[in-house]
Amino acid sequence: MSVSIGGRTPRKQASNALADAQLPRLIELWLLIAAAIVVGGTLLLVGFNLAVWAVLTAVVYVIAIGVASRLVENRRKAVDRVVRALVTIAFLLAVIPLISTLWTVVAKGIGQLNWTFITQTGAAHFDPTTLEVTTAPGALQAVVGTLEITGIATVISVPIGLLTAIYLVEYSLPSSPLRRIVTFLVDVMTGIPSIVAGLFAFSLFALIVGPKAFSGLSAAVALSVLMIPIVVRASEEMLRLVPDELREASYALGVTKALTIVKIVLRTAVSGIVTGIVLAVARVIGETAPIFIAASFTDNFNANPLSGPMQTLPVLAYTGYKFPGHDIVASNQAAWGAALLLVILVVIFNVIARVVAQFFAPKTGR
Amino acid sequence: MSDSTIVDTAPSSSAASATGSPAPRKGGREFRSGSTTKAGDRVFLGFSTGSAIFIMVILAGVAIFLIIKALPAIVANWTQNAELHEGPTLAFDNFWVYVAPLLWGTLWVSAIAIVIGAPVAIGIALFISHYSPRRLAGALGSLIDLLAAVPSFVFGLWGIIVIRPFLAPLGRFLNEYLGWIPIFAGQPSSTGSTILAGAVVLAVMILPIITSITREVFLQTPLLHEEAALALGATRWEMIRLAVLPYARSGMVSAVLLGLGRALGETMAIALIISPSLIFSVKILTEGSNSQTIAANIALNFPIATSLQRDALIGTGLMLFVVSLGVNILARYIVSATGPGASGRKTRRSKKAIQSA
Repeated sequence: MSVSIGGRTPRKQASNALADAQLPRLIELWLLIAAAIVVGGTLLLVGFNLAVWAVLTAVVYVIAIGVASRLVENRRKAVDRVVRALVTIAFLLAVIPLISTLWTVVAKGIGQLNWTFITQTGAAHFDPTTLEVTTAPGALQAVVGTLEITGIATVISVPIGLLTAIYLVEYSLPSSPLRRIVTFLVDVMTGIPSIVAGLFAFSLFALIVGPKAFSGLSAAVALSVLMIPIVVRASEEMLRLVPDELREASYALGVTKALTIVKIVLRTAVSGIVTGIVLAVARVIGETAPIFIAASFTDNFNANPLSGPMQTLPVLAYTGYKFPGHDIVASNQAAWGAALLLVILVVIFNVIARVVAQFFAPKTGR
Repeated sequence: MSDSTIVDTAPSSSAASATGSPAPRKGGREFRSGSTTKAGDRVFLGFSTGSAIFIMVILAGVAIFLIIKALPAIVANWTQNAELHEGPTLAFDNFWVYVAPLLWGTLWVSAIAIVIGAPVAIGIALFISHYSPRRLAGALGSLIDLLAAVPSFVFGLWGIIVIRPFLAPLGRFLNEYLGWIPIFAGQPSSTGSTILAGAVVLAVMILPIITSITREVFLQTPLLHEEAALALGATRWEMIRLAVLPYARSGMVSAVLLGLGRALGETMAIALIISPSLIFSVKILTEGSNSQTIAANIALNFPIATSLQRDALIGTGLMLFVVSLGVNILARYIVSATGPGASGRKTRRSKKAIQSA
């Protein structure tokens, strides 16, 4: 084949990507099935275990595809195929805990969750005749606490967060030092560990009220510290999406800046802002550590956010496992019930957010 | 209320003037509301600027109140003080001796979580941005984001009943055959309440934040760079190595740092899973010598602590605040200090990703 050009012969024929040998198209699927069968068969001899089977299948598959490609194709393609396999495995690796978590919560909590559980205050009841303590499962105190604390936190965070976003987008100049500082601080605030927010609220109220500082309001302040940066970020993003033409048209009609913001900008961005706020609520409603520090925990029904410890769903779940009552099994079960109830709440909030984003989006175009 | 009428009447006023509505009345109203809206304008400006400043006040307040509350315990003489010489703070000579092993445990567990979680997270980001079918990318991305929506204590409970028994055989295996490596040494745990179990759950929890940021950054890679690499005959992986990874390097580093920041402050998963002791230990498979983290230590001891002991716990919280503040600031700095042309765009998108994480 070698053709001499000007007396020199090429040492080796250049490889042609189109004509080179290639593995068949569905080789990956076939190899995977083969690996699964081989590993499964081998494991059946020594004792089958789903996790070990999955892990070994993945390992065998990665090696097999690499070797096959190296033999038939070339080294570069072999590396490419191995990386593709590894990246796909990484993705599957993340889906497993997601499904496993949700499955565990549903499976463990579904037996607990019924109407009595939601509408009854859980309490230990001492029977003097039999000298036995019976624990009535119930989460009403926690449901009320969660809704109140999250509600107050929302009422605190939304005005501050929204107004800050308005300042950043509408009023401040890009070069203004205050804007740069505030943007930076909001970024930093998103990184505050949630338990530190709880300690802050506890310290604040301890210095004002005294040592018995646990209260729902304190927990709401802690949650606000976590929620404000989320609201600012979401609102800022939405306000920036409002086209400048709308503002300019409003100014051209002689409308003042404040009215333009309220009537034009906010009205255009409202669905996005509401979505952001609902997602922020969904984010903080599951926070445990700050509420646990700032509002402590209790089995008593306390609907007054201004004084006394308050129970919440995440804290009920945490204490049910870490500080169980007399009846440990009942405490654990209540924990799972609370966990499922909270997950359902989070899902509801997320669905609301999507619905708002879908149906109340401003009508644009034409 | 007179403010609100202006815009409402704006569209109708043209119609009104067309039908010959009385002009003097309209002018009069405009004059009156003109003065009030200027005041309203100033009030609105004041409120929004005030809110922005209030953000600074909050952040300063967090630091100041923690310092005020923690100071009595930090300066106290721990050996002489009866209150600090019992309960959770027993047997420590001073605050710094108390906080040091906790700080070590926090960093150690977070580091293991990052080692486990970061490669997987970056792999997922690559899968979503460059391997999965384009039409599925969005759905797969929000699937991973779902992990961020799961409350943290749920992961803790899941770790107790799923991850602990799942990892226990692996722990025994590593201990038996690789026990000569210090981190696998020691008496293996029978319950599985180990650093390893805690770190695995932590790794799952930091996946979504790292994935969403790196995914955004990967998608920012100029398409022309990618196409140029492919046109030169690069395989997909070579294209990623040549075009995508160099472009995304700083974004990946800061994403990992933000994940680290998240891991440092995570409380519930650790508090529920690891059975701790306050020591310097690198062992990750043992029953009695697992390092404890600051956040979990606070969560476990806060209810039973006395007033001064609480101050000591708040002091450890202050240290956690300082450390995670440092990590976060470093991450932001790396994001903003990237190349001049692309950096502005990248920064903004990354921030968007962070906010959505």
